[in-house]
Amino acid sequence: MKYLLLICGDESMEISPEQSDPEPWVEEMERRGVRLQGHRLCPVGDATTVRAGLVTQGPFAETTEQIGGFDIIECADLDEAIEVASKHPMASYGAIEVRPFWPE
Amino acid sequence: MSEMSETGDAGLPEPVQVSAAAGLPEPGKVAAVVEEAFREEWGRVVATLIRLTGDWDLAEECAQDAFARALARWPRDGVPRRPGAWLTTAARNRALDRLRRGTTEAARLRALAATPMGPDAEPAEEYGEEHAEEDRVPDDRLRLMFTCCHPALPLEAQVALTLRTLAGLTTGEIAAAFMVPETTMAQRLVRAKRKIRNAGIPYRVPPAHLLAERTAGVLGVLYVLFTEGYSASGGPSPARPEPAAEAIRLARVLAGLMPHEPEALGLLALMLLQDSRRAARFDEAGDIVTLESQDRTRWDHDEIEEGLRLLDDALTRRRPGPYQVQAAVAACHATALDPDDTDWPQIAGLYAQLARLAPSPVVELNRAVAVAMADGPLAGLRLVDELRAGGALAGHHLLAATRADLLRRLGRTADAAQAYREALALAPTDAERRYLARRIAETGGA
Repeated sequence: MKYLLLICGDESMEISPEQSDPEPWVEEMERRGVRLQGHRLCPVGDATTVRAGLVTQGPFAETTEQIGGFDIIECADLDEAIEVASKHPMASYGAIEVRPFWPE
Repeated sequence: MSEMSETGDAGLPEPVQVSAAAGLPEPGKVAAVVEEAFREEWGRVVATLIRLTGDWDLAEECAQDAFARALARWPRDGVPRRPGAWLTTAARNRALDRLRRGTTEAARLRALAATPMGPDAEPAEEYGEEHAEEDRVPDDRLRLMFTCCHPALPLEAQVALTLRTLAGLTTGEIAAAFMVPETTMAQRLVRAKRKIRNAGIPYRVPPAHLLAERTAGVLGVLYVLFTEGYSASGGPSPARPEPAAEAIRLARVLAGLMPHEPEALGLLALMLLQDSRRAARFDEAGDIVTLESQDRTRWDHDEIEEGLRLLDDALTRRRPGPYQVQAAVAACHATALDPDDTDWPQIAGLYAQLARLAPSPVVELNRAVAVAMADGPLAGLRLVDELRAGGALAGHHLLAATRADLLRRLGRTADAAQAYREALALAPTDAERRYLARRIAETGGA
């Protein structure tokens, strides 16, 4: 099954780069064949939202935690997806939403 | 898991030994046997069908169909020696029919058809003595319990799904038990099943590294089920015994399927010890009778005895947990000959232990009550006032009611009446409100 991991956190929070470095996680999950792709995103200040034809600056919702990156993973089931997500460094500092792909 | 198949039949009563050759049973008697089989076997049939088909709705429909078929067939053919195996086979055959007519892929059909459950003949013929080895169908209820209680599902959905799939309550019955409209409950069940499917919640007993955490989840759901039925919070009628009875039934199944888990034994012991007081908890008018005023001859002494035995068994494992400690508290009450005989210092110590194992303001409140009984109301009031200052139980009627009781015992009548009024405004059930109103009248503050 495919899942989207939304890597969320408070952009204003100070986390040292060593603590939040996702590279070891990426390496491990690619070695396991779990991670298909993913990327870090620019801060919400760089976001643009198109809603009902209107263009506004900023993210689609004003929240304290913003989406800072995403990963697409392929797992046997939700328990494996949870295990993969909880190993991501941001699971300790922010939140990771595990979202299943719409079934085909 | 060999222990499961060994214990698989342990919880079942011997089926009524009626065969076609021995003469046909009376229809009324068969209806009673089918009803008994429904309570005992529903969860097992559904659990097995979910494993075989991967389809929760189909599993429920086919289980229902199997029971309907039993009602039609058993009066004619006799009650099979193993009603559970008969029902599972009938449901499996029904699922095969349904899937053959649908567009199910050949591989799944082959797997389902090849399941060692007996030949494809009518189920009534299959279960003679020669098929005894086929009774060792693995018990899938444990995986069903863990799946229903998966932490990715909302708690209320976990409770509802457990009652529907394991206990066989109808959506209407579950809705009535939790006092929500039936459409709300139906939607809750649909959403939960959809999430299991879409999010890929696995149908299995979790692996060792997840087992402790997930077991705590299952125990928690069964206890919510029990306390909902026991305290009937929010309801006009004081106690609806059904969910509590189902919770005890399921806790018994769980304890049988996890014989090495002392907390499963502890939970069953706790439920039995609390349930033993059910008949004495309300008077004829439906008013609450406090523990100290209860007629102890009306306690269910069989339940007490079984609860104590289970608790002893659990405690010898030397792996204490919150349910064992709470059961030990209940045991202190159950074994006291009269209220004055209660070992309050022991209970206060147990609550202190519980506060370490599972800290919560409600546990602290209970500890305060026990300390008040052991060391006097002033010592208890000090703890209650600390809790009150902490604010964690603000808006909880039991905090105000406990404080009121302690003030009353200290002779501070006016303060007590004020606290009772505070509690009255917060109390969730009619029975509790009537109890508090009586207390206000007694303290002369009406």
